[in-house]
Amino acid sequence: MASLIACPHCGPRPKEEFTIRGDAGITRPTPDAGEDAWYAYVYLRDNPRGRHKEHWHHTSGCRRWLVVERDTMTHAIYAVSDASAPGETA
Amino acid sequence: MRYSAFSVFLNALRGNKGWKPAWRSPVPKNHYDVIIVGGGGHGLATAYYLAKEFGIINVAVLEKGYIGSGNVGRNTTIIRSNYLLQGNNPFYELSMKLWEGLEQDFNFNAMVSQRGVLNLYHSDAQRDAYTRRGNAMRLHGVDADLLDRNTVRQMLPFLDFDNARFPIQGALMQKRGGTVRHDAVAWGYARGADMRGVDIIQNCEVKGIRRENGVVTGVETSQGFIGCGKLALAAAGNSTTVTDMVDMKLPIESHVLQAFVSEGLKPFIDNVVTFGAGHFYVSQSDKGGLVFGGDIDGYNSYAQRGNLATVEHVAEAGVAMIPALSRVRVLRSWGGVMDMSMDGSPIIDRTHIDNLYLNAGWCYGGFKATPASGFCYAHLIAKNEPHETGRAFRLDRFARGRMIDEKGVGAQPNLH
Repeated sequence: MASLIACPHCGPRPKEEFTIRGDAGITRPTPDAGEDAWYAYVYLRDNPRGRHKEHWHHTSGCRRWLVVERDTMTHAIYAVSDASAPGETA
Repeated sequence: MRYSAFSVFLNALRGNKGWKPAWRSPVPKNHYDVIIVGGGGHGLATAYYLAKEFGIINVAVLEKGYIGSGNVGRNTTIIRSNYLLQGNNPFYELSMKLWEGLEQDFNFNAMVSQRGVLNLYHSDAQRDAYTRRGNAMRLHGVDADLLDRNTVRQMLPFLDFDNARFPIQGALMQKRGGTVRHDAVAWGYARGADMRGVDIIQNCEVKGIRRENGVVTGVETSQGFIGCGKLALAAAGNSTTVTDMVDMKLPIESHVLQAFVSEGLKPFIDNVVTFGAGHFYVSQSDKGGLVFGGDIDGYNSYAQRGNLATVEHVAEAGVAMIPALSRVRVLRSWGGVMDMSMDGSPIIDRTHIDNLYLNAGWCYGGFKATPASGFCYAHLIAKNEPHETGRAFRLDRFARGRMIDEKGVGAQPNLH
């Protein structure tokens, strides 16, 4: 894992300041979406060997939820954006 | 060749020139009845029991690296069956019974050492939880002893009993737990399977799974196409990489877990000891090195290496439990990639494809399960129905609300 994560609000910060939630590709279904959709939301995750988008929380910084795109094999970080930015799921 | 004291003696007289490789390096055949993807402990054990117990010998084990290069050579070698829940306990106890007879069974010295596993408790509440677990174990016919502080102090006087935050009140002990030489487990199963006709094919990575009319017909590999009657996945750590080939999504994330070994010391820690106030476990190898580990790093990773923040955390927990560790130098650390499932328990099941079987999600408890996992998986593949002790490890248990959440933390893989 890279040592620094470039928070869009705080600049490059040590990764120990962050907490990970996981796969950013899942969206909360509507209450009546049915069992399959809820099963997928609660239990199924993308688990790529390579580029992956995840939710990270800047717990010891600005306390914003971020979307971090990184490589699960090399640990390189490609992009970091706020989870509320256009095009991101929250 | 059967290994024995006599064969060691005879070969010594002959200048040790009579030893042969423990398994062949065959060229893959065009077709096998069963192909097992993954030549780790579980894949090799599955092949061994398929051949030995179920008479299926036209079997290939495909390993992308070499035998022993994955998690079977990257764990902390601990065996135990101190589980609370119904779905887990009989399975891990089957594993323990198989460990107890393993060396005679596969004629290989795996250095099975039942030195006892102690889980320390640090509060009244934790003692009550351990009492409950110990009682559950006893009800399942597993040995469990609740030790008080003085008994533990006599056994392990170097622990920090009066730690200001986490004083040690006692321990739950499973005397039959212990350690096993992990590499020898891989080698023993590989040799035993090979002797019975199984082809172990190393440096053979599966790149694709070929399907016709809804059933698997074979695998595309780095050594060409190999046909099969049944395909059995045992690629924990990389399970989703393989199931992605058949567009199957699993309730699994891959995480890295680190382990460590210290410089060699004189005999110091007789048992396996786990810290109850943080994630730390330690035993001493026969060479004298302390073998220890802690928690996973916490983020998805396929890299077989971890980060320094976790190293620091493990060292802190270790020193909180055994202050003398602060003066011990660490020789090596390494990482293994784990299938972390959504409830912390494994999956041994059929899939939506008729002749495709799945063995996955071992989290960081895969080593101790090796014999039972192989046995139950071989049973499933041979008879197409689960072994009675592995019935709970269904793939659909998440959708059906029948999780086996030993730790009780819910669908958050990095917390199990």
